[in-house]
Amino acid sequence: MNKYPVYIQAAASIHPENPLENNAFSAKEPDYKEWIKDAGLRRRMSRIVKMGVTAGLQCLHLQNTKVDAIITATGLGCLSDTEKFLKSISEQNEELLSPTPFIQSTFNTIGGQIALLTGNKSYNMTYVHRAFSFETALLDAMLMLQAGDAENVLVGAVDELTPTVFGILERMGTFRKFFAGEGSSFFLLSRNKTDNTIAEIIDIDIFSGSFSEQEILAKQTDFLKNSKAENADVFSDKIYKQNCGEFHTASAFGLYYACKQSDKNEKILVTNSFLNNHTSILIDKF
Amino acid sequence: MDQLKQELKEALIKSLNLEDVTAADIVDEEPLFGDGLGLDSIDALEIILILERSYGIRLAKPEEAKEIFFSINTLADYISKNRKK
Amino acid sequence: MSVVVTGIGCVSAIGCDVEEHLQAFRAGRNGLGKISPFQSQLQVPVAEVKLSNEQLKSALSLSDHSIYSRTALLGMIASQQAFQDAKLSTNSLRIGVISSSSVGGMDLSELHYSEYVENPTKVRVRPFAHHDIGDHTEQICNYLQLSGFRTSISTACSSAANAIMLAARMIKQGRLDAVIAGGTDALCRFTLNGFNSLMILDSEPCRPFDESRAGLNLGEGAGYIVLQSEKTVADKSQIYCRLIGFANANDAFHQTASSPEGEGAFLAMKNALDRAGISPSEVDYINAHGTGTSNNDLSESTAIKRLFGENIPKFSSTKSFTGHTLGAAGGLEAIFSILSIKEKLIFPNLNFKTPIEQTKLIPVTEILENQAVKTVLSNSFGFGGNNASLIFQQYRHE
Repeated sequence: MNKYPVYIQAAASIHPENPLENNAFSAKEPDYKEWIKDAGLRRRMSRIVKMGVTAGLQCLHLQNTKVDAIITATGLGCLSDTEKFLKSISEQNEELLSPTPFIQSTFNTIGGQIALLTGNKSYNMTYVHRAFSFETALLDAMLMLQAGDAENVLVGAVDELTPTVFGILERMGTFRKFFAGEGSSFFLLSRNKTDNTIAEIIDIDIFSGSFSEQEILAKQTDFLKNSKAENADVFSDKIYKQNCGEFHTASAFGLYYACKQSDKNEKILVTNSFLNNHTSILIDKF
Repeated sequence: MDQLKQELKEALIKSLNLEDVTAADIVDEEPLFGDGLGLDSIDALEIILILERSYGIRLAKPEEAKEIFFSINTLADYISKNRKK
Repeated sequence: MSVVVTGIGCVSAIGCDVEEHLQAFRAGRNGLGKISPFQSQLQVPVAEVKLSNEQLKSALSLSDHSIYSRTALLGMIASQQAFQDAKLSTNSLRIGVISSSSVGGMDLSELHYSEYVENPTKVRVRPFAHHDIGDHTEQICNYLQLSGFRTSISTACSSAANAIMLAARMIKQGRLDAVIAGGTDALCRFTLNGFNSLMILDSEPCRPFDESRAGLNLGEGAGYIVLQSEKTVADKSQIYCRLIGFANANDAFHQTASSPEGEGAFLAMKNALDRAGISPSEVDYINAHGTGTSNNDLSESTAIKRLFGENIPKFSSTKSFTGHTLGAAGGLEAIFSILSIKEKLIFPNLNFKTPIEQTKLIPVTEILENQAVKTVLSNSFGFGGNNASLIFQQYRHE
């Protein structure tokens, strides 16, 4: 059924590198001007848009490939623009509102801006489903490559931490297990293997429900058995969230982390659990 | 009139977030849209807001504003004739 | 692997189920009225679903005390109709839910946001748990007691068409047997003020494809279809039609405006035809995106002319009935496309008088019955240059 395999050709990430501040990790950001050269587009971009677009462009730059699809993921989208527009509605009593934050608050802004900046008219998609956001974006990319609908696909995720979302999620207990975090990780996937190939994505597993830790482990073991990868090294979220913190698309950083941390040829399972969303990404690292 | 033009340039830079552009960079007679300063349809909406907030001038549709918004000169000219604040 | 439609369900300002929609279309009755679900001083017509949140909860037999976003409630109503209509066997099939929305639980968040900003440590944060786009999809899964694959898509106004596209691809590639796919969006102050700030809301009923068009009317609603792999359908009389083509393409022109030549729209329609393996001349009806904005309708008309040349199929925008329902539009309009095939009718485009000067296209303005509609193209375009097209085709019952 799958005509082609799926390889990771390049990976780029903007993620926390500095020590924790006020119980939260914040991403170490590059000089965005170096990456987003079009000042006319850059001037309207909020932080999350710059972060996502730049990680995407960095990934494309590494391979200098034209992609047949741009697929993005985000758990909560462009929150600071959403908040800015909400504030203006109440403060200005629905009068004389600036349209820019509304336009930029749309969930597919990052994917749309990457398309604009690179003149890419191909398939453009955005997934927004809690801790499934990144994995379903990845699944979409895999479906395209496996079916032969695309040769190269850019796929990535981004989420930002704003004071409001930190305050709300903290009070909901989201950060009980891990500190709050944020970041953006992008991958260039291809059906062709080259000398630069980082890993092959073998399969992903996505399941929902309220399960105990043992039940989740059992499901992961079954997944590995079905994929004939019982000896895979497991990079669980307990490992990588020490570095990036907790957020809806943290597992994108998990995959990046696995690509960078492992220096041997081995199978790796990147796992994540967030609320009722559980995911596993199985790769063969070269 | 020169003061109004200076005021307009500063307002454009601020509300359109024109990074790395100073008031001196904006030439009075050059087009604001397209090839000139490179503004677009979203900027036109922001300029409509500047007109209403600062000068009490109400334009209902961006299409009405094409000629008025051509350059700093045309904009300043229109404002000086129609301002209510 | 052939993908067929086996269930449909919809709610919008013109009706709370499929039958009511057909009645409204036949009566030429639009769903426009004054804003009532929230406080706003904006004087524009909107197309509201004529049921309050309490009535929606009661129709769903949900506890009055539980918190749900209106987006989720509308989604539950329409997805349940589609699910029941398809009579899916939950024991033997791998069933997924792929849903979309442009703002998710914003209708709840905007009620509580100001309060929160003033007193972030004291006010209740519970309503914000429904803010994210994924929430409504999880609620639909819970309500329908489906535990399998689910995800959510948000690409502004093309969202639901994209959800349907992913559903078809997952079935074709053997990942799922059946998918409930579509979208939902509730009217809220956020989107109403957003579109108002863009100066594209018409203060009159919208006039898609008319020279005098002055913007769109916002609406709300939800539309879901059940897509299924043909070989898993035991009773073939369940089948409405096939989904034979789909494509998504990017205009790569501007964040909000469509290109003058309608490049993204052209590519989406053309690639969908190529995927279906049919020629433009086989299309009997286009359910256009047709928002009523100056920019969209000109750009879409140009793209249609580029693709179809002199032989323009019958076309109309049903947004003149339902308003623009954003994240739900692609779902609702997929259903109208399916109904066009099933009921042999073509929906009218209300409020049309004068063709657009540059393109001169004339939509269907009166309902046409007894039409041999075999193939329908449905367009959904959104911000970020996101363009999607779907093609449905008659299923030949042997």
